[in-house]
Amino acid sequence: MLKRTALYSVHRELGARMVEFGGWEMPVQYRGVIEEHLAVRHAAGLFDVSHMGEIEVQGRDALAFLQELTINDVARLANGQAQYTAMCYPDGGVVDDLLLYRFDAEHYLLCVNAANTEKDFAWIEQVLEDSQLSAVTCRNVSADFAQLALQGPGAALILSRLTDTDLSRIAGYHFYEGLVAQVPTLISRTGYTGEDGFELYSHPESAETLWNHLLAAGREDGLVPVGLGARDTLRLEMKYPLYGHELSPEISPLEAGLGWITRLEKSSFIGRQALLRQKEQGIARCLVGLRLTDAGVPRAGYPVYHGGEPIGIVTSGTLSPSLRQGIAIALVRSDVRRPGTLLEIGIRRRRVAAEIVKTPFVAR
Amino acid sequence: MEFPEDLKYTEEHEWVLVEDELVTVGITDFAQDSLGDVVFVELPEVGVKVEAGKAFGVVESVKAVSDIYSPVTGEVVEVNEELPETPEILNTSPYEDGWMVKIRLSDPGELDELLDAESYREFIEEL
Repeated sequence: MLKRTALYSVHRELGARMVEFGGWEMPVQYRGVIEEHLAVRHAAGLFDVSHMGEIEVQGRDALAFLQELTINDVARLANGQAQYTAMCYPDGGVVDDLLLYRFDAEHYLLCVNAANTEKDFAWIEQVLEDSQLSAVTCRNVSADFAQLALQGPGAALILSRLTDTDLSRIAGYHFYEGLVAQVPTLISRTGYTGEDGFELYSHPESAETLWNHLLAAGREDGLVPVGLGARDTLRLEMKYPLYGHELSPEISPLEAGLGWITRLEKSSFIGRQALLRQKEQGIARCLVGLRLTDAGVPRAGYPVYHGGEPIGIVTSGTLSPSLRQGIAIALVRSDVRRPGTLLEIGIRRRRVAAEIVKTPFVAR
Repeated sequence: MEFPEDLKYTEEHEWVLVEDELVTVGITDFAQDSLGDVVFVELPEVGVKVEAGKAFGVVESVKAVSDIYSPVTGEVVEVNEELPETPEILNTSPYEDGWMVKIRLSDPGELDELLDAESYREFIEEL
């Protein structure tokens, strides 16, 4: 039985096409992926991302525990700040990527991928059990949260109509607990589209109120509901990794281009030894952005060739609604990574010309 | 959703317009609606022999790749050259501007296997 978010009936009323995603029945599109994608780039879009999981970590040892559990440096965070990070296995493979919110030194919230929530929580409990830390509690609080994402150049203006919170004081990767349409909301200036925007956490009972008020407040600015289809094309144009594609137990954060969040200088964290070794030896493969110079749509799993030789595989691909061209993220041999390098992608029986390009594919 | 009465249909969601031994083939309104935004179309070349039930082309939407199956056996005598250039025609006009190929039938008896509009409508209601 698939899980449904608090907004399920709202999606049906809006005529959304529903699909299975990570154990949830979610809207993939309302009017059309391309239209919704372009709305986010040029105006604003509202996403139901309540399927994402939330795990609360509290206690005197919470900071020490999270330093061991995650690869970024949690000590850099001030209260009210969020951090993009990941959890690794001892061999350097990725358990999940996540957003970590710091309320105070003894209170944190982790936002994890829907399909991984149970796995992540089990992993976190196991790590805690194996640690010497006693003053930590972890709770899977996913059922207590609905999450909406308001994304696009118009997001701040639209949200400002529904809240007294001074949004100009919430910088990127910061959050504030305020009221939106009278609903207690964690307002986080984060997102997965490459546009300015907010992720709004509220109690599921208030999700419908929040959703309807936001849509009404943004209608004149072109705000539309957006499904998971456009969420994927938007993140792909930014080359943001997606778990199960660019990140997995078989792909390390260094290979995935997440060296910038991998704080090897931290004295210890799970996976550090393996990642340190990988860095010293040099990584054998890495993620690059590809743009097709011929017509075609690259897809995950398609082989990538250089000089006729197989050198890697497409991890995500689509037709970019902004560029109207096939774009892909591919995991390739690291010696073939320079922008400008000409490659081929195997699409069915053809080999289609592509070029390694600098990313993001679309400039912000 | 439209199902023109003068067309025949397959369970793979192609439509067929029969004019003597020449048939025109495309995908149905239901098919284009299910696919969403069509962004790429791959069609066979003129002169290619196609076989009933075998794939002759590909339609891709943003999210999915779908094979297009030939409803009949025969030879491709004309293809819609506009489609690869402007694949979104399939979304806006699946039964007219979005036609895909014209095939010269080699076995007119195969046409009896196709569904009429009413049967096709019933078929997709069951899905």
